[in-house]
Formats: sequence, C-alpha cells, structure tokens
Amino acid sequence: MSEGIENKKAPREPLFSKKNKKLVTEPLADNNPVTIQVLGICSALAITVQVEQGVVMGGAVLFVLVLGNLIISLLRNLIPSRIRIIVQLVVVAALVIIVNEVLKAFLPDVSEKLSVFVGLIITNCIIMGRFEAFAMANKPWPSIMDGIGNGLGYAGLLILVAVFRELFGSGSLYGVKLLGSNIPGEEWGLYTMGYVNNNMMILPPMALIIVGIIIWVQRSRNKSLIEEH
Amino acid sequence: MAINKDSNGYTFTFAITLVVVVGTILALLATGLKDRQDRNEEVKKQLDILSAIMDVDKKKIDRSNAEENFKKFVDLDKAIVLNSKGEVLEGIYDVKGNVVEGKAFDVDIRKEFKDKKRKAEHRNYPLFLGEDEKGKTVYVMPVIGNGLWGPIWGNICLGADMNTIKGASFGHKGETPGLGAEITQKFFINGWVGEKLTAEDGVFAPFKVVKDNSGASTDSKVDGITGGTITSKGVEEMANRCLEVYVIYFNNLKTK
Repeated sequence: MSEGIENKKAPREPLFSKKNKKLVTEPLADNNPVTIQVLGICSALAITVQVEQGVVMGGAVLFVLVLGNLIISLLRNLIPSRIRIIVQLVVVAALVIIVNEVLKAFLPDVSEKLSVFVGLIITNCIIMGRFEAFAMANKPWPSIMDGIGNGLGYAGLLILVAVFRELFGSGSLYGVKLLGSNIPGEEWGLYTMGYVNNNMMILPPMALIIVGIIIWVQRSRNKSLIEEH
Repeated sequence: MAINKDSNGYTFTFAITLVVVVGTILALLATGLKDRQDRNEEVKKQLDILSAIMDVDKKKIDRSNAEENFKKFVDLDKAIVLNSKGEVLEGIYDVKGNVVEGKAFDVDIRKEFKDKKRKAEHRNYPLFLGEDEKGKTVYVMPVIGNGLWGPIWGNICLGADMNTIKGASFGHKGETPGLGAEITQKFFINGWVGEKLTAEDGVFAPFKVVKDNSGASTDSKVDGITGGTITSKGVEEMANRCLEVYVIYFNNLKTK
C-alpha cells in the first residue's frame, strides 16, 4: 500500500490527526470546492432545482471521489506524468460505469435515479481537480479524508442552493409541499392568499446568482478569503 | 527502482496495461450482470404498463410484485401489434420490414425508434389489453419520442370507450432533473387524464402542450412544465405521432 514512503522513518501519524481532520473540515467552509475553488459549478447549476437531486448527486460524487482518490493515490508512484490526466479520466469513468452497472443489476431504482447524473459525475471538475491536486501527491489515507471533505463540501453547497431554489421556485422542500398547493381547484396554504411561485428560481441563471450570493456572504464574513488583485 | 518513468516504453506499457485491466473488468461486469439487468428491464416494462393503468403507489405494486400483478391485470394473449397504418400484423416487422414471428411484449419500441436502418413505416405499434381494478377493459399504448437530451417514452392507457385517456406513465433517459424530468411526475400526467383522442366526428384531435395554464380547462390542451419546454413539446410530438396510428385502428374497429 504505502511502501514507497514508509522507509522515511518518520513517526506514524495518527489516523485522525489534526492535519487529517482538517482535510475533512476545511472543504466544508473555508476551502469549499464550489465557492472557493470554483469547481463543479456546471453541475451545481444543472441539478439544484430540487433538494432530492442535490442529495443524490452529492452522495454519488462523494462516493466516486473517495474511491477515486484512493485508487489514484495508490497508483500515484506508477502513473507516468505525461499521461496522468488521461489515467485520471479513465479511473473516474471506469468507476462511475462500474457503480452504475452494479446498481442496475441489484438496485435498479437507485440506478434509474442516478442515470441522469452519470455523465455529470464523470465530467465533474471537482473529481479531476482533487485527483490532480491532492491524490497524485499524497498517501492513501489523507486522500480518502480529502475525498470525504470535498465530497461533503460539494454536497452541502448543492443542498443549500437547492433549498432556496426548491422552496421559492416550487414551494416545497424534498418534495414536501410546505407553502401549500397551487394545483388549480385544490389550492390551499399561501396560494389561496395570492402567493405565486417564483419561476425565475427554476431557471439555471438563478443558481448562478444564488451561488454568487453565497460566495459574497462567505467572503464578507471571512476577509482572508478575498483574493488581492 | 531503475525504471525510467518518463520513457516512452514505460508510458506505453502503463497505458496498455491500464486499458486492458479496465476493459477486462468492465467487460466481465457487463456480461456477468447482463441477465439480471435484462430481467430488471422486463419487470420495469411491466411496471410502466401497470402504472399507466392504475396508481401503483397506492396499490403498493413495485418491482417485487410487478410480475404477478401484470399477469392479473394485463392479458398478453390479447395483445396485438399494429403497423403504422393501424392494421393488425400477424407477427412483428423486422428491420427490413418482413413480418416475422413475435409477441407484442417483445417489441422494443425504443430500439426501433433510434434504429436508423429501420424505416419509419416498419416500426411496430404494440397494443396491450387489460383491465383496471374495477374489471373494466383498458387499452395501453406505448409511445416513444425525443426529449431535449435523449429519448423519452411512455404508456398511455385508454378507457373502454377507446377514446378517453385514463392514465399514463412517462419515462426519460436523461432529461434535466427538476425541469424536463418532471414529465414522470403525477401533476404532469394528471394533465393528460380525461383528454380525448378524437373530436366528436371521430377524427384524431392532436394534443397541444400549452404554457398559459389553460390545459386543465380546454380539450386537447395539456399544461407544459416551466423550464421544461422542449421536453414538454417532445411529449406532445410523441403522443400525436404514435397515438394517431392507434386511432385509425380504433376507428376501424368501431365502424366494423
């Protein structure tokens, strides 16, 4: 597993050392893959109309990222640097396809939910970004932690954006109608008082605006995140 | 380690090994799981037809008991296959347009639809006969078309009058989640229920997917999905193209 580096005689790091924990906690806020590293924006636009989809996509990316980080990290001393990007791409694509094939055979309902996202997962820049920036240069365990952290950071942001968009765009959360129903003839709740869903929220540009607002809020609360240009 | 990792030889060896390993894994996986996947797809097809006839969620029908319920509600012996002129086929068309032996349930309309070698007039149009919970005769017609990103399909169920839509189920390959993908949701399907295929004179009345919320109150109009216009239009095109064929058949049946 980690023969290459073991012989450096450094004392073994505890599995949950401060440094390793930081790998998980940092991407959740101050080094969020979407708002700070600005990766994976495209999928954040495409699938944040409903919370449920955010959860499914977040979970799928988390899974692929952890497993992929582990594989790349194990192979990192073998991968020729000239074709490393292609190798990374092959690993993601193979992983996603394997997962999808297995799900199709054993959990067809989950696979149906996921089918739309398969392409989005493969092209998600967070995955390639973490492979290239982290797993290629780090041992397997920190890479797994990094995968968990970035996966969760991505999922968290997706869900946050989706909460706004689903609540104001469809008046529901996770499919549950919170504000009432606007089906003609069966109105109840806020809709009886003339409340109308904001259709803008459903359209992709609104996701960009919400992500922008989140970035703005985050940077105004933590000035150290602001780049000097 | 004395291997020069930047050498062309190493790079090629690595690339070839990787491709062979990944290829082998994927090939083994695909062949090993194929039976299970095919089985799942067949069950899904049964479930799709059933969900056009009745509310499967309410009846607690899912993959585990789809097969027995399918046998109970759909009579495959009575299922027929039509050609694009609405005539009953004694078998099914193959790619070249020859009539060969085959059953309605075995027709894969998705495959036929995207098969460039198959001419449009050689597509098969299966028609399933069954009964609903109350024992009334229903007719289920599979439909197929294009959405925004890929194919969309569905099953439309007619009541005993061979005219009024009793229920439907729609599916898609990869429409945008939350927008086009909403065609599978109940609120969209409910817009189709109660619509009639033909006007009073018996002529096919094409459907129109509208944006102005007039779908619920106007005949032959169905409300589309906000942000899912192209998919909604795809459903409209799919329904009109496929259902027209069945209307010819039903009209012939009625006049006989």
